[in-house]
Amino acid sequence: MAEMENCMRLWEVFVQPRTGAPHEHAGSVRATHAEMALQHARDVYARRGPVVSIWVVPTDAIYATRPGDEGPFFDPADNKPYRHPLFYKVPHGVKNI
Amino acid sequence: MNLETLDAALRPALFEYLLCLGDDALILGHRLSEWCGHGPYLEEDIALANLALDCLGHAEALLTLAGEVEGKGRTADDLAFLRDAYDFRNVQLVELPRGDFAFTITRQFLFATYACLLYEALQQSAFEPLAGIAAKALKEMRYHLRHSSEWMRCLGDGTEESHRRAQTALDELWMYTGELFEVDDTLRTLIEARIAPDMAALQPKWREQVEAVLREATLTVPEDPPYMATGGRRGHHTEHLGHLLAEMQFLQRAYPGAQW
Amino acid sequence: MKDEALLEAEFQARIDAGEKIEPKDWMPERYRRQLIRMMSQHAHSEIVGMLPEGNWITRAPTLRRKMALLAKVQDEAGHGLYLYSATETLGVDRYQLIRDLLEGRAKYSNIFNYPTLTWADVGVIGWFVDGAAIVNQTMLAKSSYGPYARAMIRICKEEAFHKRQGYEICVTLARGTPEQRRMLQDAINRWWWPTLMMFGPPDDQSPNSAELLRWQVKRKTNDELRQHFINITVPQVLALGMTLPDPELRYDEKTGNWLIGPIDWDEFWRVIRGHGPCNRERLQARRKAHEEGAWVREAVQAYARKRQQQAASTAAEVSHG
Repeated sequence: MAEMENCMRLWEVFVQPRTGAPHEHAGSVRATHAEMALQHARDVYARRGPVVSIWVVPTDAIYATRPGDEGPFFDPADNKPYRHPLFYKVPHGVKNI
Repeated sequence: MNLETLDAALRPALFEYLLCLGDDALILGHRLSEWCGHGPYLEEDIALANLALDCLGHAEALLTLAGEVEGKGRTADDLAFLRDAYDFRNVQLVELPRGDFAFTITRQFLFATYACLLYEALQQSAFEPLAGIAAKALKEMRYHLRHSSEWMRCLGDGTEESHRRAQTALDELWMYTGELFEVDDTLRTLIEARIAPDMAALQPKWREQVEAVLREATLTVPEDPPYMATGGRRGHHTEHLGHLLAEMQFLQRAYPGAQW
Repeated sequence: MKDEALLEAEFQARIDAGEKIEPKDWMPERYRRQLIRMMSQHAHSEIVGMLPEGNWITRAPTLRRKMALLAKVQDEAGHGLYLYSATETLGVDRYQLIRDLLEGRAKYSNIFNYPTLTWADVGVIGWFVDGAAIVNQTMLAKSSYGPYARAMIRICKEEAFHKRQGYEICVTLARGTPEQRRMLQDAINRWWWPTLMMFGPPDDQSPNSAELLRWQVKRKTNDELRQHFINITVPQVLALGMTLPDPELRYDEKTGNWLIGPIDWDEFWRVIRGHGPCNRERLQARRKAHEEGAWVREAVQAYARKRQQQAASTAAEVSHG
């Protein structure tokens, strides 16, 4: 068995359950190229529907945070309340604010 | 027209025709299902099972309709499991053993190209129940065509070995493609009634589409043989069908009348 | 650099707090290795598990049964795939795992080393074997390792129809002809004990259990799961008018448990060590598929490489054009 033979690329699969919804991570597939990755993703992850759109992305193309990035990278939500609507007072009776 | 308004004189021909379409789907689906657990890698094993399930679904719909047209109370299962080989109306192309992956994919490609043209035309069938089945089947066969075409390219333009296997498969299968476009008296009756399309008229388009993909796949279009296989539509099959049915029908034959 | 002991303590605290461990998180090397072992064995079981039921696809007695069985076996391939993918998040290659399986170094669930001799076996496998797997898997869906838990949730959703399909086949047989009833009873007799063995040896003989429980990779003991399975299944068997091949089977009012006779653990160890009825055939079938598929995999990789080179040289032309 040739060593090379079994090295298909890993692709992450994202499926959109209906139009307007966000694409969600469904899992991964092994494939040699994009068209095959898309077809394999359809056969593996879209059998039960509902799926209206599929994205496949080579896993090594994904640039991600690491654990430990959390502190510096993500603002703790509870110390910047000015980003939330409830922080602001609006007089009673005023509509559409 | 539907079952109620169908002209009684057309029933026998329509019944035969639905057997032709249903048996094609059934036998092809059966051959594809043989791959389950034996595919070249996991993702493709799953893909082949999907193709098989699609075909079996078409078979169930078409054979159920056939039974209703016949009007003798036969169900899709009765037709699938209790007819002998000479009563089957599939083309010989679909009953050939699955062979290697190149053989299966090439056969699927040749058949799917035909089936897309067939179901596209059948969407206009004057017989509404058939038009309905065709519309659904077309969607699925379009995926079969996309999948098998991509594989034709991969195999034809992959390695020397895959190219050789694909060409061999193509050369072997070519003589079975003529049968897909035969027009006999049964079909002529239905063409006149605008229930079925004129398959002979669709053959040039089939050829054009097939040749386009084969070119991309760097494969050579085989010469037309002096003799195209024929007989399936009349119940004259290869020796392979008998063995296939012996396996497929075993339980129903061994335990007559039992429910499963 | 934190020292190991502190890292381990923090790790255990996260587990005890019910947090999920994700692929890039720090984890003890033993935890990583146990998970690789468990997940890959699970994946191999799904793949090998396709074979006993796959054996009956071409002989399924109706179109509906044929399609349902094909869909079920296809699901098993999918489950294997999800689990290989989850295992890969721990830095192991799917292809290495498959090589381990084909070269006889990896384990898979013993139950698939038994033959499917009649159509009734197909029903009983769905009912017993998938039933047992569901008991196990529902627990694993809460596993501390994120990718494993997520794969298991997806798998559990899909498994729901497998067991029902199996039981429905058995109900049909039980209500059928005397020959069908006989076929069903024979299948039950052959599959009952091997199914009970699926839950693994009693906990006092199970070396990995304590650690896996502490890390919440497993959340119940082998014996607890086995007893649960027995309690739900025995009434189902009796409801069909069938019996179980166990003269000591009895109901204990006090605990509400169905109590069984002794399990023959010699058989379990014998089959695990490769001397079951189908061990050789299962591996041979997988090897054959893999070997016959080699030229296909090479072809599609060669094709992809050609397209890549073409795209690269086109890009070069464009930029120099």
